[in-house]
Amino acid sequence: MTTAATIEAVWRIEQPKLAARLTRTLRDVGLAEEVVQDAFVLALERWRQDGIPHKPAAWLTRVATNRALDRLRRTVLIDGKHRQLAVDLAELERAMPDTEAALDEDIDDDLLQLVFTACHPVLPAEQRAALALRMLGGLSTPQIARAFLVPEATVAQRIVRAKRTLRDAGIAFETPRGQERRERLGAVLEVIYLIFNEGYVTSSGPDWLRADLSNEAMRLGRLLAMLMPEQPEAIGLLSLMELSASRFGARTDGAGNPILLLDQDRSRWDWSLIRRGLDGLKRAMTLAPTPGPYQLQAMIAACHARAVSAAETDWIAIAAYYQALALAAPSPIVEVNRAVAAGMAFGPAQGLAIADALRDEPRLKDTHLLPTVRGDLLAKLGRMDEARAEFRRAAGLTGNERERALLLARAGDDETNSG
Amino acid sequence: MRFMMLMIHGGYASAAPDAMPSAEAVEVMMKYNEELKRAGVLLALDGLHPPSTGARVSFKGGKPAVVDGPFAEVKEVLGGYWMIDVRSREEAIEWARRCPAGENDVIEVRRVQEMNDFPEDVQKAVEGFSRLMD
Repeated sequence: MTTAATIEAVWRIEQPKLAARLTRTLRDVGLAEEVVQDAFVLALERWRQDGIPHKPAAWLTRVATNRALDRLRRTVLIDGKHRQLAVDLAELERAMPDTEAALDEDIDDDLLQLVFTACHPVLPAEQRAALALRMLGGLSTPQIARAFLVPEATVAQRIVRAKRTLRDAGIAFETPRGQERRERLGAVLEVIYLIFNEGYVTSSGPDWLRADLSNEAMRLGRLLAMLMPEQPEAIGLLSLMELSASRFGARTDGAGNPILLLDQDRSRWDWSLIRRGLDGLKRAMTLAPTPGPYQLQAMIAACHARAVSAAETDWIAIAAYYQALALAAPSPIVEVNRAVAAGMAFGPAQGLAIADALRDEPRLKDTHLLPTVRGDLLAKLGRMDEARAEFRRAAGLTGNERERALLLARAGDDETNSG
Repeated sequence: MRFMMLMIHGGYASAAPDAMPSAEAVEVMMKYNEELKRAGVLLALDGLHPPSTGARVSFKGGKPAVVDGPFAEVKEVLGGYWMIDVRSREEAIEWARRCPAGENDVIEVRRVQEMNDFPEDVQKAVEGFSRLMD
């Protein structure tokens, strides 16, 4: 008897390569995803009884390829759709691997192609996230659903829709080159960062921290940095994630209440993650003299990481990086952060001027970000009534229970402070 | 969760100070390291020079005493380590199983202690030492 945990461990190691291999031979992500799942179900059944085969990769590839052949033959029989098949059955049968070594030829290319296909910009970000975790992370639908705090049916539907979209759009399984590669890379980085942030702070629900998803994102980030060592933004994103994750242990108190960055006990930061983040950033900076958005964000995170205490933070550098970020990737969120940095670097009046300019920004209407920041800056300027009103407004806008409590407490604190 | 795979290298206890692995052995090991990287689990790795170039500091009776290598009485010595980030103990063990190690080698798989594993009073004791690691 082999335990399910051991089988799952082998599975998670083999699954991304298996999915990449099958997608290449079948030239169909949807079909590949299905037969890879079939192979897993069979592995769970067989390996529990018979133990794990000596060459699990070859076993899984053979099973999945056979399943694909079965399915394709059935399609031909029922629908006579042979001409529509992207793949030649005879060719597929010949492609059956007989040695372990042959399996790993060009596996990096296959993996990279799968990354670009699963994270294709034609798909909405949440579908990309689900498909990437399924195909590249080896997570099951229930696991993804638990991580994102959504019903299983929602995740299942996202995956079904993603596969359909890829098929209907006739997305070729290929690695984009040149300018297209840079553009497509953006869609990949975006979804990895989305997965990371979903773990970083969930936007709703009682759990403030979900480190599991963040770890998945960092593993994907490391895979990408390995596959594309020449891309500074891939390394920049990994570095950004590592530096951000280094603060996970310090972000909540014993009761689970959030602790803001500047109030955190820095001894609880993860120094090995910081070291890796800073090393990666150094590498990215030698590759790109003009940093891209992820690298800039990593540079900002590095400023915090390097400061021995909150008081020693180099806010002038941070304000400058936000200024650069506002040019490289303009967004209202960046502006809000720039307001915070300018407030710290040059005084609350400077910060408030930037924040006030955002008051009519429609994209910030439904978030608590701007009122939180304005509340803070107003409080520092001694305009307590306005500050309290902003904190209360922010509390009404956040979907996160603990954040709401924090904001209401701040409104209360300000009340007592101002007497 | 982070695990360390500690390579206890058979015969390394008595290896010459300038002992180096062969090019072939390194090549095979590099392939394995690439696999760890490809899976996104590799955080760090290092190989260690033979113990004959090292030293042991012991603390019998509360006083540090230094003995230079090689250490005749020690059978099992470290040859290097990998630090990996995996989802389970089983996954760490599976990675160790896949190592192209020699037949006298042993890999010890150990979970890295995280701050949250410690009781509150131990966590308190760490406060204020943020730059220790830097």
